Amino acid sequence: MFVLVVGSGRVGSSVATAALRAGHTVSVLDEDPLSHERLDVELGQGWEEAGGRFTIGTALEMDALTEAGIDEADVFIASTNGDNTNLVVSQIAQRRFDVPKVVARVLDPRRAAWYAEQGVETICPTQIAIEQLVAAALVEAD
Amino acid sequence: MAGLYVIIAGAGKVGWNLARELIDKGHEVTVIEQDRRRYLTVEQELEHAVQYGDATELWVLERAGIQRADLVVAVTGDDEDNLLICQVAKEKYLCERIIARVNNPRNLEHFKLLGIQPAVSATDLILRLIEHEVPRYGLVHLLDLPEERLEIIELVVSDTAPAAGRRVLELELPEGALVISVLRNGSGFVPKADTVVESGDEVLVVLDPGLEDAITAQFVADGDLEE
Repeated sequence: MFVLVVGSGRVGSSVATAALRAGHTVSVLDEDPLSHERLDVELGQGWEEAGGRFTIGTALEMDALTEAGIDEADVFIASTNGDNTNLVVSQIAQRRFDVPKVVARVLDPRRAAWYAEQGVETICPTQIAIEQLVAAALVEAD
Repeated sequence: MAGLYVIIAGAGKVGWNLARELIDKGHEVTVIEQDRRRYLTVEQELEHAVQYGDATELWVLERAGIQRADLVVAVTGDDEDNLLICQVAKEKYLCERIIARVNNPRNLEHFKLLGIQPAVSATDLILRLIEHEVPRYGLVHLLDLPEERLEIIELVVSDTAPAAGRRVLELELPEGALVISVLRNGSGFVPKADTVVESGDEVLVVLDPGLEDAITAQFVADGDLEE
């Protein structure tokens, strides 16, 4: 599959690396050239040498999205550090580019829940952390 | 238009001045500002009419009373925030009227895609004004009706343009464009199919938006642009 990852911080770069290792075609878009180094380090070799693609640009730039290959993408992952950026760019991927699978990382549980109801698939790390912390704390308390 | 309840997201220069004007006109206003220092500055004047918080957080919007808002205006410096605030106001809280500020005019299409209208871009407005004042390639926008998808432009026919010396029916205009008037020697007339277009004529063309380039290519020759 062709996987496009927008936002290559800790989460995005690890997801991109995992997808590349799993044999997928992976393209990464990030505004910070430094995030390219993170990919190299995560992978233990040069990102492009291993077959990865990298584009410098911001998430809402149509030119950057096109250059990163959004037209061919089967999977679109929005993992920038901005909830609103992720929610907006995910909807663009869905509605303008008809990407079949779109997932957005959203830190705010309420925004994540409401947009999920509207048909945007969201992953909320905060909610996951809350549930695990509560579970861990209750286990400790028992 | 008396007695509206207006929520303004962002207490920058636009948001603050907008709040002042609306309060002066007798409307009820709540401004939401997420920068603590800015909030404290604005609060000295607007007092209870400004609240501290991130307007993209649902609870902050609810605290401001978005359920009863007649109008939500998102004028922060961040287009994603403005888009999201308006989308939530419209689709979650069913607010009937929204107005969004677009900071980067390239993002206008995203607002349109997600149904956030009207979206106002100061940069775009100024660009259009400049286009009117300083016609580039001899092209002036006389009328823009984006909702109706209709425009009228004015062009000066250049010396070596494909259209110069041709009859109207021979013009290679795209589908959706029509020459409605020709101005020659200070007077205008409605051309017929066999009217010959001359260089130096000012032609008015009605068109579907987006056809400007194809039309310009007929009336203004490439070589004539360089001058």
